[in-house]
Amino acid sequence: MADIQTYSHDAGWKHTVLRGLLYLVLILFAAYYLFPLIVMISTSLKSLDEIREGSLISLPRVVTFDAWNYAWNEACVGVECTGIKIYFWNSVKMAIPAVLISTFLGAINGYALTKWRFKGANIVFALLLFGCFIPFQVVLLPMSQVLGKLGLASSTPGLVLVHVVYGLCFTTLFFRNYYVSIPDELVKAATIDGAGFFTIFWRIILPISTPIIVVSVIWQFTQIWNDFLFGASFASGANAPMTVALNNIVNTTTGVKQYNVDMAAALLTGLPTLLVYVLAGKYFVRGLTAGSVKG
Amino acid sequence: MGASQSTESNLMASIQRHLSKIVVAPSFAASLFFVYGFILWTGYMAFSKSRMLPVWDWAGLRQYERLWQMERWHVAIENLLIFGGLFIVTCLFIGCLLAVLLDQRIRAEGALRTIFLYPMALSFIVTGTVWKWLLNPGLGLESMMHDLGWTSFKFDWLVNSDMAIYTVVIAAVWQASGFVMAMFLAALRGVDQDIIRAAYMDGASLPRIYFGIIIPSIRPVFLSAIVVLAHLAVKSFDLVIALTGGGPGYSSDLPATFMYTMAFQRNQLGVGAASAMMMLATVMAIIVPYLYSELRGGKKNG
Repeated sequence: MADIQTYSHDAGWKHTVLRGLLYLVLILFAAYYLFPLIVMISTSLKSLDEIREGSLISLPRVVTFDAWNYAWNEACVGVECTGIKIYFWNSVKMAIPAVLISTFLGAINGYALTKWRFKGANIVFALLLFGCFIPFQVVLLPMSQVLGKLGLASSTPGLVLVHVVYGLCFTTLFFRNYYVSIPDELVKAATIDGAGFFTIFWRIILPISTPIIVVSVIWQFTQIWNDFLFGASFASGANAPMTVALNNIVNTTTGVKQYNVDMAAALLTGLPTLLVYVLAGKYFVRGLTAGSVKG
Repeated sequence: MGASQSTESNLMASIQRHLSKIVVAPSFAASLFFVYGFILWTGYMAFSKSRMLPVWDWAGLRQYERLWQMERWHVAIENLLIFGGLFIVTCLFIGCLLAVLLDQRIRAEGALRTIFLYPMALSFIVTGTVWKWLLNPGLGLESMMHDLGWTSFKFDWLVNSDMAIYTVVIAAVWQASGFVMAMFLAALRGVDQDIIRAAYMDGASLPRIYFGIIIPSIRPVFLSAIVVLAHLAVKSFDLVIALTGGGPGYSSDLPATFMYTMAFQRNQLGVGAASAMMMLATVMAIIVPYLYSELRGGKKNG
């Protein structure tokens, strides 16, 4: 930290002006980041007539939740007019198992790769890590073939499989880097007492892993909930996740454009991850930076 | 205590050591199959005659030739350069600026940080949807400016094929710049305070402290941020689909949307595979040297 207060050679008044400017710039940026969210909320609470007459920034004169209700219960995704709610549940049914499985596998991989190192453990880790960086376009075509062969095409279990497989490298990376910093003596002492691989994992390692479990769960949940590429490629129709349904609602070309419904649907899609971010922002940031900045 | 017990514990230890391998094996096998196997599969497809269905007949470099003869691919590449370049530079600038400003003992720093970073938690589809609404020429920002009295204001980038790709830059910067801020802020907090204090005692001004000492000392973070952003840019797909749909026409296509269109809508599996391999090559050219230097650096420090 090198701040004006501590490291300024200037006189008092200049100082005050500078700090005023500083806050002004920061507030302007805050407005820039908040503006789309505010417009989204305000538009979703207006009637279509009010949207056409009024301005983008004007707040709703009459607050109505009709658009929210319509988006949730009645909006048309393709030819099905069942609202976005069934796709919300599709996303829930996809995200929960995929998050839990990939986090568990990441934890046990990280534990095995650091506390029970075998010959070539580093190479195995490096090879796993590579999967984090591939552009997924390179696996789309074979994946759709394989899912077809497995009878998982256009299904939620198929998407769970895809998300577990391509989430593994991230979760393994999180847990491995976390366990590296845990002293090996902890495990050695337990082995002398006769505890085995799994006993140590369940009784000693997992109980001290809460922070990294939270990081991994949040990271995976955000990734999987927000995914569009895999959803659009492998789960069309009634099994599509919410992001795919949202895109369908917004980009449908038939009928009157219902901007308020679009915004309500977008907010509904964004709410779960926003909620996670607001409740556990610290862990969200840790996940984001885990792969990019060395600690 | 005796020899027998120690042999037994040796045996146990050896089983335990194998357990470790057994536990990692499924993930490793999945990675070999779903990552490396699939890359080989796609790589082979790009050398095959595949069009509507995958076939294994060898076609040499035909698909790559067709790819590079397509006007649409050149548009996608050019767009990637424009988008990637502007996206990276703008995010770095905003991210660095915000980090430095926030690093001034700001009141409500936590709240501001939360506001700057929240777009990163949203799906690109949500971001695309809201910016599509904001930028639509009929009822969006344009009409807002007209209402405010600026009647000559014109902003039709979203439906202008020369400008559509820039709307993608606007939305992408909004989404990702806060993340760059978080990276820089973390780095700024790690800078050695004693050096800063010493420079201050020597009479260095605050801008000089920043440009002479602090910014150079967080150079590695610039590199990390550039790599992460470049990686994001190459993979950008959802945002384009939600914001412009690649249009008007295919004027805002990126390689990722090009590949998707070829593979899933145009029945051009071979060309799709070839474009996917080009994307992989691009990402590898960025990531491999970076990871190599990171890992070597790690060994040096460790």
